[in-house]
Amino acid sequence: MAYLRLRQLVKSYDGKSNAVDRVSIDVERGEFITLLGPSGSGKTTTLLMIAGFETPTSGGIELDGRNLVARKPYERNVGMVFQNYALFPHMTATNNVLFPLKMRGFPKHEIGARAEQMLGLVGLRRFADRYPRELSGGQQQRVALARGLVFNPDVLLLDEPLGALDKNLREQMQVELKRIHREVGITMIYVTHDQTEAMTMSDRIAVFCNGKLEQVGSPLDVYNRPANRFVGEFVGDSNFFAGRADPARPGWIQLSGLGPVRIAGDLPAGEVDVMIRPERLRLQRPDEGDGMDNLIDLIVDDTINYGDSVLVIGKTRGLPLRARLSSKDGAALGPGAALPLAWAPADAHVLARR
Amino acid sequence: MPAFRGAGLISRDSLTAWLLVAPAVVCVVVLFIVPIGYVLLLSVTDPTVSLDHYRRFFTVPLYANVMVNTFRTSLIVTLACLALGYPLAYVMARRDDALAVILLAAVGLSFWTGFVVRTYAWLIILGNKGPVAATYAFAGWGSPPQLLFTSFSSTLGMTHVLLPYMVLALYGVMRKIDPSYMRAAESLGARPFGAFRLVFLPLSLAGVVNGCVLVFTMCLGFYVTPILLGTPKDMMISQLISQQIEDLLAWGFASAIAVVLLACTLVLLGIYNRFAGLDRLWG
Repeated sequence: MAYLRLRQLVKSYDGKSNAVDRVSIDVERGEFITLLGPSGSGKTTTLLMIAGFETPTSGGIELDGRNLVARKPYERNVGMVFQNYALFPHMTATNNVLFPLKMRGFPKHEIGARAEQMLGLVGLRRFADRYPRELSGGQQQRVALARGLVFNPDVLLLDEPLGALDKNLREQMQVELKRIHREVGITMIYVTHDQTEAMTMSDRIAVFCNGKLEQVGSPLDVYNRPANRFVGEFVGDSNFFAGRADPARPGWIQLSGLGPVRIAGDLPAGEVDVMIRPERLRLQRPDEGDGMDNLIDLIVDDTINYGDSVLVIGKTRGLPLRARLSSKDGAALGPGAALPLAWAPADAHVLARR
Repeated sequence: MPAFRGAGLISRDSLTAWLLVAPAVVCVVVLFIVPIGYVLLLSVTDPTVSLDHYRRFFTVPLYANVMVNTFRTSLIVTLACLALGYPLAYVMARRDDALAVILLAAVGLSFWTGFVVRTYAWLIILGNKGPVAATYAFAGWGSPPQLLFTSFSSTLGMTHVLLPYMVLALYGVMRKIDPSYMRAAESLGARPFGAFRLVFLPLSLAGVVNGCVLVFTMCLGFYVTPILLGTPKDMMISQLISQQIEDLLAWGFASAIAVVLLACTLVLLGIYNRFAGLDRLWG
C-alpha cells in the first residue's frame, strides 16, 4: 500500500465551489512528487491540508496506514518549507534548525550534532551563527530546508520554495534539492507553477486545474502523453489541431483544414485533438526521412531566439503553428518566409474529444 | 563632463530643503526651545541666583514623596496598559475578520476622543448618580465605596486614557510579524502556546518596549486626569508644579520641578534611544 494516500480530498471554503475537488493521489515512500498547476488550481490548498493548516471538507489523508486528518499540525510528523522561508528572524541559523528538535523532544545530547550535520548537508556550516537577515536568499532557503529536514519528518512539503530566487540560483537549488533528496531519502511533495521545475526535479508530476487532478505520471509521461488538452498546453509548448479518425482508414487522421496525416499507434475513433510539440517539427530536407513523414508548411510571423534554439511562430493554412528549430536552421528567418516542415507519425499525440 | 551639482555653499537642493523645514524649525524654537530655556533660567534665578530650589526639592520628604508617587503611578498605569493592551492588540493583529476591524475602530475612536472628555466620563460612571452607585442601590448593598477622587480612580482614568497608545504601539509591531512564522513553528512541532512564547512574544517585544516608554513618559507628566479624578494626597509631579504656580506663585521652584520632570523624561528616552532608536517609537 502506498505510503501517503490522499483519498477523494475535497476542500470547499464557501460550501458551493470546491477549491480542491475529489483529489486522490498515492505517494510512495521516498518519492519526489510535484503538484503542478496555475495559481488557484488547488495545489497549495492540498499541501496545506497535508500539513494540517487546512481541514478537508471531506475525504481522507493516510500516512503509513494512519489517518492524519484529525491531528493538529504539531502532532503530525510533517515538515514544511514555506515560500518566503519563514525563518525565525530572532534566531541564528543554528537555533532555527535546533527549534524542531527541541519542540519534538529529541535527546539533549544529540540535538547539537544533528543540527550541525544538517547544516553541513546543505553546505552552510560556516554560516551557522548568522541571523536570517545576514544570509542571502539562497542561503536562507537552505536553512529552511535544513530546519524542515532535521527532525526526520515522514514527509517534507515544499511550497514554491524557489519562487523568490533568480534564475541561475533557482537552477542551482534544483540540483541541490535533488541531491539532498537522494541523500536523505525523505518523501517530498513539491508545489510549483513552473513546469520546467516540475519536469527536471520530479519522480512524478500531479497536474492540477480548477481544484481537480488532471493527470499523475512521470515527467515524460505527462509531457509526451498528456491526458487532456489542458495538461498538454500547460506542460510545455504545443500545437493542437482538431481532426477526425476515420475507422475505414486506420493509421490516418483527417485534420480539419489541413488534410490527412499519418499517426502511429492505436487511435481513438471519432473527433480528436492532435498535439504536436514544436520541437518535434523539423526543417524538411529532401534526403532525410523514410518517406512516411507528414509535411506541413509554416508561414513565419515572428521568431524568438533563445540562443540555443529558435521558436518560430506563424501559421499553416491560416491555423496557428509554432516550431522550435535549431539556432542554425532558425537564424535569419524574416516575417513572411515559408518553411517546409516535417514530423514523424510517432511524434504526434492524439486525444479523444471530450 | 557633467556639471558638478551642489558645488555652491548652499546648493539649490539644500536651499529647498531648508525652506521646507524652516516653519517647523521656527515653531520649535519659538514655542518650545525658548520657553524651556526660560524655565531653566527661572529655576536658578528666581528670586536669586542659586540652586536652592533643587536642593529643596531633593531634601524635603514631601517633594520626594511626590516624585516616588509619580513614578509608582506611572509604573502601575504602564503595567495595567500592557496587561490590557497586549491581548487586545494580539487579537487585532492576528485576525482578519470583522472583529479585528471593530476592535481597531473602537481603539481608534477612543484614541481620537479627547482625554478630557474621557476623564469626565469617569466622573459620571463613578459618581453619586452613576451606574456603579445605581447598581449598588438596585442590589440593596447600600452606598458604594468611595471610588471617585481616590488614587484608584485616577489610576483607572489614566490607564483608560493611555491604553490606546499602548495598543497602537503593540499593534504596529505585531502586524508586521509574518503569520507564516506561527505556521512554521507549528509544523516544526510547537504547540500553540509554545509558538507564541518562543516566536511571537520575542518578535513583539519591540512593541512592548515602545508602548511602555510611550505610556510611561506620557504618564510622568500627566495633569488633567489626576487633577479631576485623583486626590491631593497622591499628588503627581505636574500637580505639584501647578500648585506652586497657581496657589503660591513660586515660579522659581515650579520651574525647578519642571526641569527635574523634563530631565527624567529625557533620561528615559535616552536609555530607550540607546537600545532601540527613537525613530522607532511610533512604529
